[in-house]
Amino acid sequence: MRFTKDHEWVQVDGEVATIGITAYAAEQLGDVVFVELPALGKTVKPSDGLAVVESVKAASDVYAPVGGEVTAANEALSGTPETVNQDPEGAGWFVKLKLADPAQVEALMDRNAYETFLGTL
Amino acid sequence: MRYLPLTPDDRAAMLGVIGAASIDALYEDVPHAARRAGMVDLPPFQGEIEVERHVAALAARNRAAGQGPFFCGAGAYRHHVPASVDHIIQRSEFLTSYTPYQPEIAQGTLQYLFEFQTQVAALTGMEVANASMYDGSTGAAEAVMMACRVTRRAKAVLSGGLHPHYADTIRTLAHVAGVEIVSQAAAIDGEAAVTQAIDAATACVVVQTPNVFGTATDVSAIADAAHAAGALLIVVTTEAVSFGLLKSPGEMGADIAVAEGQSIGNGLNFGGPYVGLFATREKYLRQAPGRLCGETVDADGRRGFVLTLSTREQHIRRDKATSNICTNSGLCALAFTIHLSLLGETGLRRLAGICHAQARKTAAALAAVPGVSVLTPRFFNEIAVRLPGDAAAAVEAAAGCGVIAGVPYSRLAPNAGRDDVLLVAATELTTDADIAALAAAIAQGAA
Repeated sequence: MRFTKDHEWVQVDGEVATIGITAYAAEQLGDVVFVELPALGKTVKPSDGLAVVESVKAASDVYAPVGGEVTAANEALSGTPETVNQDPEGAGWFVKLKLADPAQVEALMDRNAYETFLGTL
Repeated sequence: MRYLPLTPDDRAAMLGVIGAASIDALYEDVPHAARRAGMVDLPPFQGEIEVERHVAALAARNRAAGQGPFFCGAGAYRHHVPASVDHIIQRSEFLTSYTPYQPEIAQGTLQYLFEFQTQVAALTGMEVANASMYDGSTGAAEAVMMACRVTRRAKAVLSGGLHPHYADTIRTLAHVAGVEIVSQAAAIDGEAAVTQAIDAATACVVVQTPNVFGTATDVSAIADAAHAAGALLIVVTTEAVSFGLLKSPGEMGADIAVAEGQSIGNGLNFGGPYVGLFATREKYLRQAPGRLCGETVDADGRRGFVLTLSTREQHIRRDKATSNICTNSGLCALAFTIHLSLLGETGLRRLAGICHAQARKTAAALAAVPGVSVLTPRFFNEIAVRLPGDAAAAVEAAAGCGVIAGVPYSRLAPNAGRDDVLLVAATELTTDADIAALAAAIAQGAA
Protein backbone atom coordinates (compact mmCIF):
# COMPACT_ATOMS: atom_id res chain seq x y z
CA MET A 1 0.00 0.00 0.00
CA ARG A 2 1.24 3.47 -0.95
CA PHE A 3 0.30 6.86 0.50
CA THR A 4 0.11 10.57 -0.37
CA LYS A 5 0.60 13.74 1.66
CA ASP A 6 -3.11 14.40 1.12
CA HIS A 7 -3.79 11.19 3.09
CA GLU A 8 -5.02 8.98 0.28
CA TRP A 9 -3.88 5.36 0.00
CA VAL A 10 -3.36 3.25 -3.11
CA GLN A 11 -3.33 -0.54 -3.29
CA VAL A 12 -2.27 -1.95 -6.64
CA ASP A 13 -3.43 -5.31 -7.95
CA GLY A 14 -2.22 -5.93 -11.47
CA GLU A 15 -3.17 -2.84 -13.46
CA VAL A 16 -5.97 -1.83 -11.08
CA ALA A 17 -5.39 0.60 -8.21
CA THR A 18 -7.83 0.73 -5.31
CA ILE A 19 -7.95 4.14 -3.61
CA GLY A 20 -9.26 5.35 -0.27
CA ILE A 21 -8.42 7.71 2.56
CA THR A 22 -6.08 6.76 5.40
CA ALA A 23 -7.03 5.93 8.97
CA TYR A 24 -5.40 9.21 10.00
CA ALA A 25 -7.61 11.18 7.56
CA ALA A 26 -10.77 9.39 8.70
CA GLU A 27 -9.88 10.11 12.33
CA GLN A 28 -9.27 13.79 11.59
CA LEU A 29 -12.52 14.20 9.61
CA GLY A 30 -14.69 12.72 12.34
CA ASP A 31 -17.97 11.02 11.49
CA VAL A 32 -18.24 10.69 7.72
CA VAL A 33 -21.82 11.30 6.55
CA PHE A 34 -21.50 11.24 2.77
CA VAL A 35 -19.09 10.31 0.00
CA GLU A 36 -19.53 11.69 -3.49
CA LEU A 37 -18.06 9.27 -6.00
CA PRO A 38 -17.07 9.80 -9.65
CA ALA A 39 -18.86 8.37 -12.67
CA LEU A 40 -17.52 5.13 -14.10
CA GLY A 41 -15.34 5.72 -17.13
CA LYS A 42 -14.11 9.11 -15.93
CA THR A 43 -10.42 9.63 -16.69
CA VAL A 44 -8.26 11.44 -14.14
CA LYS A 45 -4.71 12.71 -13.94
CA PRO A 46 -2.69 12.72 -10.71
CA SER A 47 -3.99 15.49 -8.37
CA ASP A 48 -7.35 15.79 -10.14
CA GLY A 49 -10.38 15.82 -7.85
CA LEU A 50 -11.60 12.23 -7.61
CA ALA A 51 -14.22 12.20 -4.86
CA VAL A 52 -15.60 14.35 -2.05
CA VAL A 53 -15.87 13.15 1.52
CA GLU A 54 -18.22 14.92 3.90
CA SER A 55 -18.14 14.73 7.65
CA VAL A 56 -20.50 16.49 10.02
CA LYS A 57 -18.69 19.82 9.72
CA ALA A 58 -16.54 19.73 6.59
CA ALA A 59 -16.41 18.65 2.99
CA SER A 60 -13.01 17.64 1.64
CA ASP A 61 -11.79 16.79 -1.81
CA VAL A 62 -10.11 13.46 -2.37
CA TYR A 63 -7.48 13.75 -5.09
CA ALA A 64 -6.34 11.09 -7.51
CA PRO A 65 -2.93 9.88 -6.27
CA VAL A 66 -2.30 8.40 -9.72
CA GLY A 67 -3.83 8.76 -13.17
CA GLY A 68 -6.25 6.36 -14.81
CA GLU A 69 -9.79 5.47 -15.70
CA VAL A 70 -12.46 4.89 -13.04
CA THR A 71 -13.56 1.25 -13.29
CA ALA A 72 -15.43 0.92 -9.99
CA ALA A 73 -16.82 3.11 -7.21
CA ASN A 74 -17.78 1.82 -3.77
CA GLU A 75 -21.52 2.41 -4.01
CA ALA A 76 -22.03 0.69 -0.63
CA LEU A 77 -20.77 3.91 0.95
CA SER A 78 -23.93 5.78 -0.10
CA GLY A 79 -25.93 3.72 2.40
CA THR A 80 -23.23 3.24 5.02
CA PRO A 81 -20.75 6.11 4.90
CA GLU A 82 -19.64 5.20 8.44
CA THR A 83 -17.66 2.34 6.88
CA VAL A 84 -15.05 4.98 6.04
CA ASN A 85 -14.50 5.51 9.79
CA GLN A 86 -14.78 1.83 10.71
CA ASP A 87 -12.48 0.35 8.07
CA PRO A 88 -10.84 3.20 6.14
CA GLU A 89 -8.07 1.14 4.60
CA GLY A 90 -10.29 -1.85 3.74
CA ALA A 91 -14.06 -1.94 3.19
CA GLY A 92 -14.10 1.88 3.21
CA TRP A 93 -12.34 2.09 -0.19
CA PHE A 94 -13.63 4.77 -2.59
CA VAL A 95 -12.62 4.06 -6.18
CA LYS A 96 -10.81 1.61 -8.41
CA LEU A 97 -8.74 3.00 -11.28
CA LYS A 98 -7.26 1.26 -14.29
CA LEU A 99 -3.73 2.66 -14.06
CA ALA A 100 -2.53 4.90 -16.85
CA ASP A 101 1.10 4.63 -15.76
CA PRO A 102 2.12 2.13 -13.05
CA ALA A 103 5.35 4.10 -12.49
CA GLN A 104 3.28 6.85 -10.83
CA VAL A 105 2.62 4.48 -7.92
CA GLU A 106 6.33 4.08 -7.26
CA ALA A 107 6.66 7.82 -6.67
CA LEU A 108 4.30 7.65 -3.66
CA MET A 109 5.31 7.07 -0.02
CA ASP A 110 5.45 3.58 1.48
CA ARG A 111 3.97 3.02 4.93
CA ASN A 112 7.19 3.82 6.78
CA ALA A 113 7.62 7.09 4.91
CA TYR A 114 3.96 7.99 5.52
CA GLU A 115 4.24 7.23 9.27
CA THR A 116 7.34 9.45 9.39
CA PHE A 117 5.41 12.17 7.51
CA LEU A 118 2.53 11.93 10.02
CA GLY A 119 5.05 12.43 12.82
CA THR A 120 5.92 15.83 11.37
CA LEU A 121 2.30 17.08 11.42
CA MET B 1 -23.58 62.44 12.94
CA ARG B 2 -22.47 65.29 10.71
CA TYR B 3 -22.20 64.66 7.04
CA LEU B 4 -19.14 66.40 5.64
CA PRO B 5 -18.61 65.98 1.92
CA LEU B 6 -15.08 65.99 0.61
CA THR B 7 -13.48 69.39 0.01
CA PRO B 8 -11.83 70.15 -3.34
CA ASP B 9 -8.50 69.88 -1.50
CA ASP B 10 -9.39 66.35 -0.25
CA ARG B 11 -10.24 65.30 -3.78
CA ALA B 12 -7.07 66.79 -5.23
CA ALA B 13 -4.97 64.98 -2.60
CA MET B 14 -6.64 61.63 -3.36
CA LEU B 15 -6.31 62.08 -7.12
CA GLY B 16 -2.65 63.02 -6.58
CA VAL B 17 -1.98 59.76 -4.71
CA ILE B 18 -3.41 57.57 -7.48
CA GLY B 19 -1.99 59.75 -10.26
CA ALA B 20 -5.22 60.83 -11.93
CA ALA B 21 -5.64 64.33 -13.27
CA SER B 22 -9.38 64.58 -12.60
CA ILE B 23 -12.37 62.50 -11.55
CA ASP B 24 -13.44 62.26 -15.20
CA ALA B 25 -10.06 60.69 -15.97
CA LEU B 26 -11.08 57.72 -13.83
CA TYR B 27 -13.76 56.93 -16.42
CA GLU B 28 -11.56 57.07 -19.51
CA ASP B 29 -11.92 53.30 -20.06
CA VAL B 30 -15.68 53.74 -20.54
CA PRO B 31 -16.41 54.27 -24.25
CA HIS B 32 -17.52 57.84 -25.06
CA ALA B 33 -20.70 56.56 -26.67
CA ALA B 34 -21.75 55.00 -23.36
CA ARG B 35 -21.20 58.21 -21.36
CA ARG B 36 -23.72 60.94 -20.77
CA ALA B 37 -22.64 64.35 -21.92
CA GLY B 38 -23.34 67.14 -19.48
CA MET B 39 -25.33 67.04 -16.29
CA VAL B 40 -28.61 65.25 -15.56
CA ASP B 41 -31.49 67.65 -16.14
CA LEU B 42 -32.48 68.27 -12.53
CA PRO B 43 -32.66 71.47 -10.53
CA PRO B 44 -29.55 71.95 -8.37
CA PHE B 45 -31.64 71.82 -5.19
CA GLN B 46 -35.21 72.06 -3.92
CA GLY B 47 -36.81 72.27 -0.51
CA GLU B 48 -38.52 69.24 1.03
CA ILE B 49 -42.00 70.68 0.48
CA GLU B 50 -41.34 71.28 -3.22
CA VAL B 51 -39.85 67.80 -3.67
CA GLU B 52 -42.79 66.17 -1.89
CA ARG B 53 -45.27 68.09 -4.03
CA HIS B 54 -43.46 67.19 -7.25
CA VAL B 55 -43.07 63.50 -6.42
CA ALA B 56 -46.69 63.25 -5.22
CA ALA B 57 -47.81 64.62 -8.60
CA LEU B 58 -45.67 62.03 -10.38
CA ALA B 59 -47.01 59.24 -8.14
CA ALA B 60 -50.61 60.31 -8.89
CA ARG B 61 -49.99 59.39 -12.54
CA ASN B 62 -49.57 55.74 -11.45
CA ARG B 63 -52.52 53.42 -11.30
CA ALA B 64 -52.45 50.88 -8.50
CA ALA B 65 -53.70 47.36 -9.12
CA GLY B 66 -56.43 47.79 -6.53
CA GLN B 67 -57.92 50.91 -8.11
CA GLY B 68 -60.25 49.08 -10.43
CA PRO B 69 -60.76 45.95 -12.52
CA PHE B 70 -57.37 44.24 -12.82
CA PHE B 71 -56.70 41.06 -14.82
CA CYS B 72 -52.91 40.84 -15.02
CA GLY B 73 -51.30 37.52 -14.12
CA ALA B 74 -48.58 35.82 -16.16
CA GLY B 75 -46.50 34.94 -13.12
CA ALA B 76 -47.59 37.59 -10.58
CA TYR B 77 -51.06 37.54 -9.08
CA ARG B 78 -53.06 40.07 -7.08
CA HIS B 79 -54.56 38.21 -4.15
CA HIS B 80 -55.92 39.46 -0.87
CA VAL B 81 -53.26 39.66 1.84
CA PRO B 82 -55.06 39.80 5.20
CA ALA B 83 -54.10 42.60 7.58
CA SER B 84 -53.15 39.90 10.09
CA VAL B 85 -50.24 38.83 7.88
CA ASP B 86 -48.82 42.34 7.83
CA HIS B 87 -49.30 42.61 11.58
CA ILE B 88 -47.58 39.34 12.43
CA ILE B 89 -44.58 39.80 10.13
CA GLN B 90 -43.94 43.15 11.86
CA ARG B 91 -43.86 41.64 15.35
CA SER B 92 -40.54 42.34 17.03
CA GLU B 93 -39.70 38.62 17.09
CA PHE B 94 -39.64 38.67 13.28
CA LEU B 95 -38.19 42.12 12.65
CA THR B 96 -34.83 40.77 11.57
CA SER B 97 -36.45 38.25 9.30
CA TYR B 98 -33.38 37.50 7.26
CA THR B 99 -31.55 34.36 6.31
CA PRO B 100 -29.78 33.16 9.46
CA TYR B 101 -25.99 33.49 9.42
CA GLN B 102 -25.51 32.54 13.06
CA PRO B 103 -28.42 30.17 12.76
CA GLU B 104 -28.84 28.30 16.01
CA ILE B 105 -29.18 31.49 18.03
CA ALA B 106 -32.29 32.42 16.01
CA GLN B 107 -34.56 29.53 16.94
CA GLY B 108 -37.73 31.46 16.03
CA THR B 109 -36.45 32.16 12.52
CA LEU B 110 -35.42 28.53 12.09
CA GLN B 111 -38.77 27.31 13.34
CA TYR B 112 -40.79 29.35 10.83
CA LEU B 113 -38.44 28.27 8.05
CA PHE B 114 -39.00 24.67 9.11
CA GLU B 115 -42.77 25.27 9.00
CA PHE B 116 -42.35 26.93 5.59
CA GLN B 117 -40.46 23.90 4.25
CA THR B 118 -43.11 21.58 5.65
CA GLN B 119 -45.87 23.58 3.93
CA VAL B 120 -44.00 23.67 0.62
CA ALA B 121 -43.38 19.92 0.72
CA ALA B 122 -47.07 19.30 1.49
CA LEU B 123 -48.31 21.67 -1.25
CA THR B 124 -46.06 20.25 -3.94
CA GLY B 125 -46.47 16.63 -2.83
CA MET B 126 -42.72 16.23 -2.48
CA GLU B 127 -40.59 14.78 0.31
CA VAL B 128 -38.30 17.72 1.09
CA ALA B 129 -38.22 21.47 0.45
CA ASN B 130 -35.56 24.10 1.02
CA ALA B 131 -35.90 27.39 2.88
CA SER B 132 -36.77 29.19 -0.41
CA MET B 133 -35.11 30.69 -3.46
CA TYR B 134 -35.15 34.27 -4.79
CA ASP B 135 -38.19 33.60 -6.96
CA GLY B 136 -39.77 31.00 -9.21
CA SER B 137 -37.58 31.71 -12.23
CA THR B 138 -34.23 31.45 -10.44
CA GLY B 139 -35.58 28.37 -8.69
CA ALA B 140 -36.27 26.85 -12.12
CA ALA B 141 -32.72 27.62 -13.27
CA GLU B 142 -31.31 26.06 -10.08
CA ALA B 143 -33.48 22.99 -10.68
CA VAL B 144 -31.95 22.53 -14.14
CA MET B 145 -28.43 22.79 -12.70
CA MET B 146 -29.37 20.29 -10.00
CA ALA B 147 -30.77 17.82 -12.54
CA CYS B 148 -27.47 18.03 -14.43
CA ARG B 149 -25.55 17.17 -11.24
CA VAL B 150 -27.86 14.26 -10.42
CA THR B 151 -27.82 12.73 -13.91
CA ARG B 152 -24.28 13.84 -14.83
CA ARG B 153 -25.75 15.03 -18.13
CA ALA B 154 -25.81 18.55 -19.55
CA LYS B 155 -28.95 19.07 -21.62
CA ALA B 156 -32.38 20.40 -20.65
CA VAL B 157 -35.58 20.40 -22.70
CA LEU B 158 -37.98 23.31 -22.02
CA SER B 159 -41.64 23.01 -22.89
CA GLY B 160 -43.43 25.52 -25.11
CA GLY B 161 -45.69 26.41 -22.20
CA LEU B 162 -42.88 27.54 -19.93
CA HIS B 163 -43.07 31.24 -19.04
CA PRO B 164 -40.67 33.03 -21.44
CA HIS B 165 -39.04 34.90 -18.52
CA TYR B 166 -38.36 31.59 -16.78
CA ALA B 167 -36.87 30.20 -20.00
CA ASP B 168 -34.67 33.30 -20.27
CA THR B 169 -33.44 32.90 -16.69
CA ILE B 170 -32.63 29.22 -17.30
CA ARG B 171 -30.76 30.10 -20.50
CA THR B 172 -28.74 32.79 -18.72
CA LEU B 173 -27.44 30.35 -16.11
CA ALA B 174 -27.13 27.45 -18.57
CA HIS B 175 -24.99 29.57 -20.88
CA VAL B 176 -22.27 30.04 -18.26
CA ALA B 177 -22.66 26.52 -16.87
CA GLY B 178 -22.20 24.87 -20.28
CA VAL B 179 -25.65 23.30 -20.30
CA GLU B 180 -27.40 22.86 -23.64
CA ILE B 181 -30.98 24.14 -23.73
CA VAL B 182 -33.53 22.82 -26.21
CA SER B 183 -36.66 25.00 -26.29
CA GLN B 184 -39.89 23.78 -27.77
CA ALA B 185 -42.00 26.16 -29.85
CA ALA B 186 -44.59 28.06 -27.82
CA ALA B 187 -47.81 26.08 -27.59
CA ILE B 188 -51.08 26.68 -25.75
CA ASP B 189 -51.51 22.99 -24.93
CA GLY B 190 -48.21 21.37 -25.77
CA GLU B 191 -46.53 20.23 -22.58
CA ALA B 192 -46.63 16.60 -23.74
CA ALA B 193 -44.58 17.48 -26.83
CA VAL B 194 -41.42 17.67 -24.70
CA THR B 195 -41.25 13.88 -24.73
CA GLN B 196 -40.32 13.98 -28.43
CA ALA B 197 -37.10 15.82 -27.60
CA ILE B 198 -35.90 13.50 -24.81
CA ASP B 199 -32.80 11.48 -25.66
CA ALA B 200 -30.01 9.68 -23.81
CA ALA B 201 -28.18 12.96 -23.17
CA THR B 202 -31.17 14.73 -21.58
CA ALA B 203 -30.70 15.63 -17.93
CA CYS B 204 -34.20 16.98 -17.45
CA VAL B 205 -37.40 18.22 -19.01
CA VAL B 206 -39.01 21.39 -17.69
CA VAL B 207 -42.78 21.68 -17.96
CA GLN B 208 -45.17 24.18 -16.45
CA THR B 209 -48.67 23.63 -15.12
CA PRO B 210 -50.76 25.67 -15.27
CA ASN B 211 -48.54 26.91 -18.10
CA VAL B 212 -48.01 30.49 -19.26
CA PHE B 213 -51.20 30.27 -21.33
CA GLY B 214 -53.08 29.02 -18.29
CA THR B 215 -53.38 25.43 -19.47
CA ALA B 216 -53.40 22.86 -16.68
CA THR B 217 -51.86 19.52 -17.64
CA ASP B 218 -51.52 16.14 -15.94
CA VAL B 219 -47.83 15.56 -16.60
CA SER B 220 -47.69 11.97 -15.28
CA ALA B 221 -47.01 10.51 -18.73
CA ILE B 222 -44.19 13.02 -19.26
CA ALA B 223 -42.67 11.89 -15.96
CA ASP B 224 -42.73 8.28 -17.15
CA ALA B 225 -41.12 9.20 -20.48
CA ALA B 226 -38.40 11.23 -18.74
CA HIS B 227 -37.66 8.51 -16.23
CA ALA B 228 -37.50 5.85 -18.94
CA ALA B 229 -34.67 7.87 -20.50
CA GLY B 230 -32.90 8.43 -17.17
CA ALA B 231 -33.90 12.10 -17.12
CA LEU B 232 -35.59 14.07 -14.34
CA LEU B 233 -38.92 15.89 -14.57
CA ILE B 234 -39.01 19.48 -13.31
CA VAL B 235 -42.50 20.88 -12.83
CA VAL B 236 -42.87 24.67 -12.65
CA THR B 237 -45.91 26.45 -11.25
CA THR B 238 -46.24 30.22 -11.25
CA GLU B 239 -49.54 30.41 -9.35
CA ALA B 240 -49.09 28.69 -5.97
CA VAL B 241 -52.79 28.99 -5.11
CA SER B 242 -53.43 26.39 -7.84
CA PHE B 243 -51.99 23.73 -5.48
CA GLY B 244 -55.24 24.08 -3.56
CA LEU B 245 -57.21 22.55 -6.44
CA LEU B 246 -54.91 20.74 -8.85
CA LYS B 247 -52.98 17.48 -8.60
CA SER B 248 -49.58 18.19 -7.03
CA PRO B 249 -46.28 17.85 -8.94
CA GLY B 250 -45.29 15.04 -6.57
CA GLU B 251 -48.42 13.04 -7.35
CA MET B 252 -47.62 13.38 -11.05
CA GLY B 253 -44.07 12.02 -10.68
CA ALA B 254 -42.02 15.23 -10.55
CA ASP B 255 -38.43 14.90 -9.35
CA ILE B 256 -38.14 18.61 -8.65
CA ALA B 257 -41.06 20.98 -8.10
CA VAL B 258 -40.45 24.70 -8.45
CA ALA B 259 -43.00 27.44 -7.90
CA GLU B 260 -43.43 31.16 -7.43
CA GLY B 261 -44.86 31.66 -3.94
CA GLN B 262 -45.82 35.33 -4.28
CA SER B 263 -49.53 34.55 -4.56
CA ILE B 264 -49.69 33.45 -0.95
CA GLY B 265 -49.13 36.22 1.58
CA ASN B 266 -47.22 38.59 -0.69
CA GLY B 267 -48.34 41.59 -2.70
CA LEU B 268 -47.37 42.31 -6.28
CA ASN B 269 -44.48 44.44 -4.92
CA PHE B 270 -43.71 45.95 -8.34
CA GLY B 271 -42.37 42.55 -9.47
CA GLY B 272 -40.24 41.70 -6.42
CA PRO B 273 -39.10 40.68 -3.88
CA TYR B 274 -40.79 37.33 -4.38
CA VAL B 275 -40.21 33.89 -2.93
CA GLY B 276 -39.26 30.75 -4.86
CA LEU B 277 -40.57 27.40 -3.68
CA PHE B 278 -38.18 24.49 -4.28
CA ALA B 279 -38.95 20.88 -3.40
CA THR B 280 -37.54 17.51 -4.40
CA ARG B 281 -37.21 13.83 -3.56
CA GLU B 282 -35.21 12.92 -0.48
CA LYS B 283 -32.77 10.83 -2.52
CA TYR B 284 -31.68 13.98 -4.39
CA LEU B 285 -31.41 16.20 -1.33
CA ARG B 286 -27.61 16.37 -1.31
CA GLN B 287 -27.66 17.94 -4.77
CA ALA B 288 -30.27 20.54 -3.82
CA PRO B 289 -29.40 24.25 -3.74
CA GLY B 290 -30.09 26.66 -0.91
CA ARG B 291 -30.52 26.55 2.81
CA LEU B 292 -32.18 23.67 4.60
CA CYS B 293 -33.62 23.81 8.07
CA GLY B 294 -33.96 20.66 10.16
CA GLU B 295 -35.62 19.68 13.40
CA THR B 296 -33.55 18.06 16.16
CA VAL B 297 -33.19 17.87 19.93
CA ASP B 298 -30.61 19.67 22.06
CA ALA B 299 -28.34 18.12 24.69
CA ASP B 300 -31.24 18.12 27.15
CA GLY B 301 -33.62 16.45 24.74
CA ARG B 302 -35.61 19.60 23.98
CA ARG B 303 -36.97 20.24 20.48
CA GLY B 304 -34.80 22.62 18.48
CA PHE B 305 -33.97 23.65 14.93
CA VAL B 306 -30.71 23.80 12.96
CA LEU B 307 -29.51 24.56 9.48
CA THR B 308 -28.54 21.19 8.11
CA LEU B 309 -26.56 19.67 5.23
CA SER B 310 -24.62 22.94 5.07
CA THR B 311 -21.69 21.12 3.49
CA ARG B 312 -23.54 21.58 0.17
CA GLU B 313 -23.28 25.32 0.58
CA GLN B 314 -20.76 27.83 -0.65
CA HIS B 315 -19.29 28.90 2.68
CA ILE B 316 -18.05 25.32 3.19
CA ARG B 317 -17.94 23.72 -0.25
CA ARG B 318 -16.57 26.80 -2.06
CA ASP B 319 -16.45 26.35 -5.85
CA LYS B 320 -17.98 22.88 -5.59
CA ALA B 321 -21.09 24.07 -3.76
CA THR B 322 -24.39 22.98 -5.26
CA SER B 323 -25.31 26.63 -5.83
CA ASN B 324 -24.01 30.13 -5.22
CA ILE B 325 -27.22 31.06 -3.43
CA CYS B 326 -26.22 31.72 0.20
CA THR B 327 -29.52 33.19 1.31
CA ASN B 328 -33.25 32.81 1.04
CA SER B 329 -36.28 35.10 0.73
CA GLY B 330 -36.72 35.27 4.48
CA LEU B 331 -39.41 37.93 4.85
CA CYS B 332 -41.50 36.79 1.87
CA ALA B 333 -41.25 33.19 3.11
CA LEU B 334 -42.46 34.36 6.51
CA ALA B 335 -45.47 36.12 4.97
CA PHE B 336 -46.19 32.99 2.91
CA THR B 337 -46.02 30.77 5.99
CA ILE B 338 -48.26 33.02 8.06
CA HIS B 339 -50.91 33.41 5.36
CA LEU B 340 -50.96 29.69 4.59
CA SER B 341 -51.17 28.89 8.32
CA LEU B 342 -54.15 31.23 8.61
CA LEU B 343 -55.82 29.71 5.54
CA GLY B 344 -55.18 26.10 6.51
CA GLU B 345 -55.88 23.26 4.10
CA THR B 346 -59.61 23.96 3.98
CA GLY B 347 -59.10 27.68 3.48
CA LEU B 348 -56.63 27.17 0.65
CA ARG B 349 -59.03 24.82 -1.14
CA ARG B 350 -61.85 27.35 -0.79
CA LEU B 351 -59.62 30.18 -1.98
CA ALA B 352 -58.52 28.16 -5.01
CA GLY B 353 -62.17 27.29 -5.72
CA ILE B 354 -63.18 30.95 -5.75
CA CYS B 355 -60.28 31.88 -8.06
CA HIS B 356 -61.29 29.12 -10.48
CA ALA B 357 -64.98 30.10 -10.35
CA GLN B 358 -64.17 33.74 -11.12
CA ALA B 359 -61.89 32.65 -13.98
CA ARG B 360 -64.71 30.54 -15.44
CA LYS B 361 -67.04 33.51 -15.35
CA THR B 362 -64.33 35.66 -16.97
CA ALA B 363 -63.80 33.09 -19.73
CA ALA B 364 -67.55 32.86 -20.38
CA ALA B 365 -67.93 36.65 -20.51
CA LEU B 366 -65.02 37.04 -22.94
CA ALA B 367 -66.15 34.12 -25.11
CA ALA B 368 -69.46 35.96 -25.54
CA VAL B 369 -67.71 38.98 -27.04
CA PRO B 370 -67.96 38.80 -30.86
CA GLY B 371 -64.58 38.09 -32.43
CA VAL B 372 -62.97 36.92 -29.18
CA SER B 373 -62.11 33.26 -28.56
CA VAL B 374 -60.80 31.50 -25.48
CA LEU B 375 -57.74 29.42 -26.41
CA THR B 376 -57.01 27.66 -23.10
CA PRO B 377 -58.64 24.21 -22.99
CA ARG B 378 -58.25 23.47 -19.22
CA PHE B 379 -57.44 26.21 -16.79
CA PHE B 380 -57.18 27.13 -13.12
CA ASN B 381 -57.45 30.92 -12.88
CA GLU B 382 -55.83 32.19 -16.06
CA ILE B 383 -56.75 32.01 -19.72
CA ALA B 384 -55.30 33.02 -23.06
CA VAL B 385 -57.80 34.70 -25.38
CA ARG B 386 -57.47 35.63 -29.03
CA LEU B 387 -58.65 39.16 -29.82
CA PRO B 388 -59.69 40.42 -33.25
CA GLY B 389 -56.70 42.79 -33.25
CA ASP B 390 -53.46 43.63 -31.47
CA ALA B 391 -53.63 42.71 -27.78
CA ALA B 392 -51.25 45.44 -26.61
CA ALA B 393 -53.42 48.06 -28.33
CA ALA B 394 -56.53 46.52 -26.77
CA VAL B 395 -54.95 46.76 -23.31
CA GLU B 396 -54.14 50.43 -23.88
CA ALA B 397 -57.68 51.11 -25.04
CA ALA B 398 -59.22 49.27 -22.07
CA ALA B 399 -56.98 51.21 -19.68
CA GLY B 400 -58.67 54.31 -21.04
CA CYS B 401 -61.93 52.83 -19.72
CA GLY B 402 -60.32 52.19 -16.32
CA VAL B 403 -59.86 48.45 -16.91
CA ILE B 404 -56.48 46.74 -16.71
CA ALA B 405 -57.36 43.91 -19.07
CA GLY B 406 -54.37 41.59 -18.72
CA VAL B 407 -50.90 40.94 -20.12
CA PRO B 408 -50.44 40.87 -23.91
CA TYR B 409 -48.44 37.73 -24.73
CA SER B 410 -46.27 39.87 -27.02
CA ARG B 411 -45.02 41.64 -23.91
CA LEU B 412 -43.49 38.35 -22.67
CA ALA B 413 -42.41 37.11 -26.08
CA PRO B 414 -42.02 39.92 -28.64
CA ASN B 415 -42.06 38.91 -32.30
CA ALA B 416 -43.52 35.49 -31.51
CA GLY B 417 -46.36 36.00 -34.00
CA ARG B 418 -48.99 35.96 -31.27
CA ASP B 419 -49.67 39.67 -31.02
CA ASP B 420 -53.43 39.00 -30.80
CA VAL B 421 -53.13 36.85 -27.65
CA LEU B 422 -54.07 38.32 -24.29
CA LEU B 423 -53.42 36.57 -20.96
CA VAL B 424 -56.23 37.18 -18.47
CA ALA B 425 -56.13 36.11 -14.82
CA ALA B 426 -58.83 36.18 -12.16
CA THR B 427 -58.52 35.81 -8.40
CA GLU B 428 -60.79 36.05 -5.36
CA LEU B 429 -60.44 39.84 -5.70
CA THR B 430 -62.10 39.76 -9.12
CA THR B 431 -65.73 40.81 -8.76
CA ASP B 432 -68.59 40.05 -11.12
CA ALA B 433 -68.72 43.81 -11.85
CA ASP B 434 -65.01 43.71 -12.80
CA ILE B 435 -65.73 40.88 -15.25
CA ALA B 436 -68.63 42.81 -16.82
CA ALA B 437 -66.41 45.89 -17.15
CA LEU B 438 -63.67 43.80 -18.80
CA ALA B 439 -66.06 42.27 -21.31
CA ALA B 440 -67.50 45.69 -22.11
CA ALA B 441 -64.07 47.26 -22.57
CA ILE B 442 -62.88 44.42 -24.83
CA ALA B 443 -66.16 44.53 -26.80
CA GLN B 444 -65.75 48.26 -27.32
CA GLY B 445 -62.21 47.70 -28.60
CA ALA B 446 -63.28 44.82 -30.82
CA ALA B 447 -66.15 46.71 -32.38
